[in-house]
Amino acid sequence: MTAATAAPIAGVDPTGTTPPSRRPARGRYGAVPSRATGTVVLVVVGVLFAIPLLSMATFTLRPVSGSGLTLVHWAALFDPAQQSNYSDLFAGIQNSLILAVIVVAIVLLLLVPAMLLAELKYPRVHRVLEFVCLLPITVPTIVLVVGFVPVYQVLQGVVGSDPWTLSFAIGVIVLPYAYRPIQANIGTLNLTTLTEAARSLGASWPVAVWRIVLPNLRRGLISSCLLTVSVVLGEFTIANVLSQNTFQTALLLLQQTDPYVGALLALAALLFVFVLLVDVSRTRSIGGRRPKKRKS
Amino acid sequence: MIDTTASTTSVAGATAPAAGAERADARGAGGRPLRRRGAGWLGFAPFGVYVLLFLAAPGVIAITSGFFDAEGRFTLANFAVLADETIAQNFWNSIWLSAVSAVISAVIGALVCWALSSARPDGLVRAAVDSASSVFAQFGGVMLAFAFIATFGAQTLAWNALQTVGFDSSTFLYSVAGLLLPYTYFGVPLMVLAFMPAFDGLKPQWGEAVATLGGTRLAFWRRVGLPVLAPAFFGSLILLFANAFSSYATAAALISQGGIITLAIRQQLTSETIVGVANSAGVLALGMVVIMAVLMSLYAVLDRRTRRWQR
Repeated sequence: MTAATAAPIAGVDPTGTTPPSRRPARGRYGAVPSRATGTVVLVVVGVLFAIPLLSMATFTLRPVSGSGLTLVHWAALFDPAQQSNYSDLFAGIQNSLILAVIVVAIVLLLLVPAMLLAELKYPRVHRVLEFVCLLPITVPTIVLVVGFVPVYQVLQGVVGSDPWTLSFAIGVIVLPYAYRPIQANIGTLNLTTLTEAARSLGASWPVAVWRIVLPNLRRGLISSCLLTVSVVLGEFTIANVLSQNTFQTALLLLQQTDPYVGALLALAALLFVFVLLVDVSRTRSIGGRRPKKRKS
Repeated sequence: MIDTTASTTSVAGATAPAAGAERADARGAGGRPLRRRGAGWLGFAPFGVYVLLFLAAPGVIAITSGFFDAEGRFTLANFAVLADETIAQNFWNSIWLSAVSAVISAVIGALVCWALSSARPDGLVRAAVDSASSVFAQFGGVMLAFAFIATFGAQTLAWNALQTVGFDSSTFLYSVAGLLLPYTYFGVPLMVLAFMPAFDGLKPQWGEAVATLGGTRLAFWRRVGLPVLAPAFFGSLILLFANAFSSYATAAALISQGGIITLAIRQQLTSETIVGVANSAGVLALGMVVIMAVLMSLYAVLDRRTRRWQR
């Protein structure tokens, strides 16, 4: 008993005042592990998780035959003489970028107005909207694709079958990722009061939305757009089954002919998305407190 | 008979004030005239049409197409596809693969959450782990498959090491059991994302209270920590299972010949391989939706219990 009670007391300031740094004091009781244990667990898991990434990185430096390290695969990507090998890839990247722009437009022009309308004028619609926007997370993408095939057979007759048409399908997959940051942002504001204040000062509805509401939602909108871009760049299932050439499908094809450049680009893409997401978490933490959000 | 009428009148009586309140609510804020209301609803039209065309329509088609034959007549004959040996095997493969990877990921992920709780919530470590977790859990797909090919493929370090003990890792990776590795690789980060809020909800005061009452850390975990975290843990476990069960990209990049249910759906979509069955992809999709619906209702129950401690 003495040993058990001695442990927590060791960290407590004997004068009875609150110690300036609370963390170390809590290390010996409650749920929090000691710093050393926590670090060891994180380092071990971190190393295990780094192995595939490091393998991929060294793989891109391996010569096709023999041993040693070489930058030849990196150079190949920028070599004009070998551009034809990668033309599908570049087309795929271009398609994915176009898709990203259109899907961001879908989010900003269709989803955001609906969310604002629900928030400002029809609070009862709010739950429906939330249900609709989170639904795609619970329905496996491949199941939706089963439905997309006939829809796209019809759509083909209307707008053709160019890669950009995928944006309609991907826009649906994106909904949960786009919805949550904006909704979290709306939750921190009292939009009704803000707009009523603007309206009573003589602003019209469009002016109130454009100059008051949207600037206040900037953080949520930026997060949502960045997440949207990362989902579009990583999307594979829909493009694969509907046989469209996007970044991911081109990457898979390329991997069969030139695994080195495939691995190189995969690594670059993972890094790129990581940077995007670090930005997302930074835009969230700047300024006001972010309400606790959960994966549904 | 009298009972029925009595209950209908009481229902009517109950809804009448509600409808009245709604109308008052709609015009209350700005005192706008009622006719504006119709115009306002039109604002939902663009998004509504979009969702109807690209979420509702595909969703309904996906889960109902299994009930129709090639000529569009209603039939239950398509469900014979579920008796097909390969399909049944694929369903079973998906289920055990998801279950095993979910359990392994949940345990490792919970350990990581526990370790992370000693890091500052707004610190660099948390931010880096959070972002890396999102990358691996949600956006990895094909690219993670490449990472594992580079790790365990022929002539790599791990391959050489495993070859000396007589285990060919390069063919193992391209089997259903081999998918356990990448599935765990994106399962652990998802666990961190899903379970960390529950860990943050463990109040330091509870630990202090146990300590003041003379409890050991073991007592804290047995009496407070584990009971509070249990619903969140099992909820996250279900989430991991559902995520692994519905994932497609990694498997498609590694085993193109199929073996799990999502790949089987793709095969049925691109070529009807089972004789005498139309819309077999629709039947399989319905099967997946049924399993997902069961999982999500379980999740909803556990989630309600979890939230109790997060206020």
